[in-house]
Amino acid sequence: MIGLTAQPLDVNAMVRAVQTHAHGAVATFLGTTRETSPGDPRPVVALEYEAYPAMAVEEMETIAREVRERFGPLEIAMLHRTGRVVLGEPSVAIVIAAPHRGPAFDACRYAIDELKSRVAVWKREVYRDGDAAWVENAPP
Amino acid sequence: MRIRVLAFARLRELLGFGVGELEVDDGATLEDVWARLARDAAGLGALRSSTRFAHNGALATGSTALSDGDEIALLPPVGGG
Repeated sequence: MIGLTAQPLDVNAMVRAVQTHAHGAVATFLGTTRETSPGDPRPVVALEYEAYPAMAVEEMETIAREVRERFGPLEIAMLHRTGRVVLGEPSVAIVIAAPHRGPAFDACRYAIDELKSRVAVWKREVYRDGDAAWVENAPP
Repeated sequence: MRIRVLAFARLRELLGFGVGELEVDDGATLEDVWARLARDAAGLGALRSSTRFAHNGALATGSTALSDGDEIALLPPVGGG
């Protein structure tokens, strides 16, 4: 379960997709739409995402491979929304099932950091007054 | 020869299209295509240093030579998550 979706993220379905009896830990990261912007004083009401699907999914699969190589036997689900994501809703979800909590947390942190710096997804903030602006992630 | 051009986010808005077809000279490079697009789209040229190119779905440098039917993409800094 790795890729892009225009639908709301179902985290429980992601947990079910990765968790087995070999796993004693499931770590979840959700990135959600926040009302305050670091670059603009106006309240944010939504984020709008667009992607280059072919490149984005390939890079997400590469990151998933790296996670397994670095953090040992684990399962990973990683989904990113496209389109409009309103205040409070998650735009990205990463779920890692691992034998123990250490690698689960570490893998989750690695996956979101790499996703934010490498995956071909773009977002713009939509403000309460209807205006919108593209925002870029800080370089790693 | 004819190529397909994809543009995203800020670059898509500046160019006025997300997907386009372009007739370019044989032997043209990615940088040549960028230069041509930048002539017509105000504000595009200033974004060259922050723009990355993709060629048939993989990151590529500006000196990459293009062939008929290729797909190129103009990628601004990403903003996922």
